[in-house]
Amino acid sequence: MDAVEKEAKKRNYAVNMLVRLVKEKPLGAAGAVVLLVLLLVGVFANVLAPYGYNDMDLSARLSPSSPAHILGTDNLGRDLLSRIIYGARISMIVGFSVALIGTALAAVLGIISGYFGGAVDFVIQRFVDGMMCLPSLIVVLTVVAITGPGLLPIILVLGVEGGVGGRVRVVRGAVIAIKRNLYVEASRSIGATSLRTMAEHILPNVMAPVIVMFTTSLGSAIITEATLSFIGLGIPPPEPSWGGMLSLSGRSFMLIAPWMAFWPGLCLCVAVYGVNVLGDALRDLLDPRLEGGSGSYKIKKMIGGGFGGGIFGRRRRQKPENT
Amino acid sequence: MENERILDVENMSKFFPIASGGGAFRRKTADLRAVDGISFHIMKGETLGIVGESGCGKTTTGRCVLRLYDNIKGTVSFEGTDLTKLGAEQARRARREMQMIFQDPMASLDPRMTVGKIIGEPFRAHGEPERKDEIAELFRMVELDPNMAGRYPHEFSGGQRQRIGIARALALRPKFIVCDEPVSALDVSVQAQIIALLEGLREELGLTYLFIAHDLSVVRHISDRVAVMYLGKIVEITRSDELYSNPLHPYTLALLSAVPIPNPRLDRQRRRVMLSGDVPSPVNLPRGCRFNPRCPKRASGLCSEVEPELKPLSPGSDHWVACHHA
Repeated sequence: MDAVEKEAKKRNYAVNMLVRLVKEKPLGAAGAVVLLVLLLVGVFANVLAPYGYNDMDLSARLSPSSPAHILGTDNLGRDLLSRIIYGARISMIVGFSVALIGTALAAVLGIISGYFGGAVDFVIQRFVDGMMCLPSLIVVLTVVAITGPGLLPIILVLGVEGGVGGRVRVVRGAVIAIKRNLYVEASRSIGATSLRTMAEHILPNVMAPVIVMFTTSLGSAIITEATLSFIGLGIPPPEPSWGGMLSLSGRSFMLIAPWMAFWPGLCLCVAVYGVNVLGDALRDLLDPRLEGGSGSYKIKKMIGGGFGGGIFGRRRRQKPENT
Repeated sequence: MENERILDVENMSKFFPIASGGGAFRRKTADLRAVDGISFHIMKGETLGIVGESGCGKTTTGRCVLRLYDNIKGTVSFEGTDLTKLGAEQARRARREMQMIFQDPMASLDPRMTVGKIIGEPFRAHGEPERKDEIAELFRMVELDPNMAGRYPHEFSGGQRQRIGIARALALRPKFIVCDEPVSALDVSVQAQIIALLEGLREELGLTYLFIAHDLSVVRHISDRVAVMYLGKIVEITRSDELYSNPLHPYTLALLSAVPIPNPRLDRQRRRVMLSGDVPSPVNLPRGCRFNPRCPKRASGLCSEVEPELKPLSPGSDHWVACHHA
């Protein structure tokens, strides 16, 4: 209660959060910068990229860095920098759409489940149990095998798969804690409908875990898209995806043109690491229970940030295989 | 005072099931009898005070009257409509006429909402336009500066927050307000201001209050009639001057003797009725009179055998008491 009060004490909440992020969590702020740069690169890909992503220069195949092709070219003579820039667009589209769908689903289900309780809660939670006992990557692979690869199916599958799972539990727990506050009952006594109470009182008060969830699912969506593209079930070529670039051509020409795998691999690492440290920093900043926690805890969390958490958290350790 | 009952409660009970086991195996094992068959009425423009210890069911009574709970037994008729028979949506609409002021003014205001939005919530809830001038008028009614509408609840003192809670309750110009210990979380100096404000508003807007408190001196000041509750039952109900000058139930006597008198000499002279023991559990009620295990009188065997009925002292009297030996 007291922590919430302190939190709310800040008049300009967003600005204040930003200042705290930079001051207290420099690593997290760096992650935010990485994400912002990637987002801008993705949005302005067609302006920034020196070539089209599928423009082949067959005379300059497999060429290393040169003034014409800063990061070199691939086996078809396509400019790697351009492909990475367009790849950022794909990663950002997939990452943000999946995180948005997943977080929105988890928030809606979690709020309904926690607010109403009883039979509604029971049904939703058993459904979540069911989803949680299936290995997520297997589910995703199965569905993609049926629908066929492509941007839309991947976004939908990853979004729904990420949304109906453990994240519902996180929101539900927060809602159950908030529901006990007197202002929720006050809202009912005024004559507000359940929908209004949930939208006006419950949602704003669970925003902190929801924002953190959004960033963690952003990171895991990017890495899962890369994984799917790597095994050929993601974005079909010639669309550039970082995972796809690492895959067949990247591996086959590893020995003669290592830059083909190196650059997309590096981008993937930086992007996911950046998003994850941002997510961890936000978790520390937004979680009132951790406020004023010891410094060592914060440092530990930040260093560990790149490896833990997220639905595909365990798989993230296998990253060296990709790079 | 108009001779018209705004609220008529008859034989109202609210039991909370106590369940054990989890999930699908949850089974009801007992009932917590929070309110156990109480009857009272409130006249238009009147203030009925309800006093009693923590856990005696006074807050539950207030919430039942607003139909904030389901499964209420008995009847609660507000202006002739039985609220217990209404569906959830009808009950929600009915709440337009009846509002509540809460005990803890910090907890009852959403910390993430500006007070302007908090006071405007009743309008939004009932699909009415949120007019700036109306909200400013509400601020003035509770003696706050309308320019503070953009601030958050934590920026206000306890008394100011309670004024915000009152303004929110007044927004839709209800006829009836349940005040659930509206001053017990406040400093004594602020209490007096809030009480004066509530009294002023009652005169100005012709409100009717159900005023719940555990502080008898506060209730005496504001109430026309007072009901004393013990373990989910009303044990005594009468005009407030009568209750304070001629208390008949031994529990009322004990409560009154606990009120501090601001004169040390008088305070030393009076006889204190001390109650021993704790309030029995509302799950396992004592046999006979609910008060008998703690009663300093316990005059006869009847007390532990038969539960006394709440009945008028003499036919036609407005002093009702539930004691075999009153």
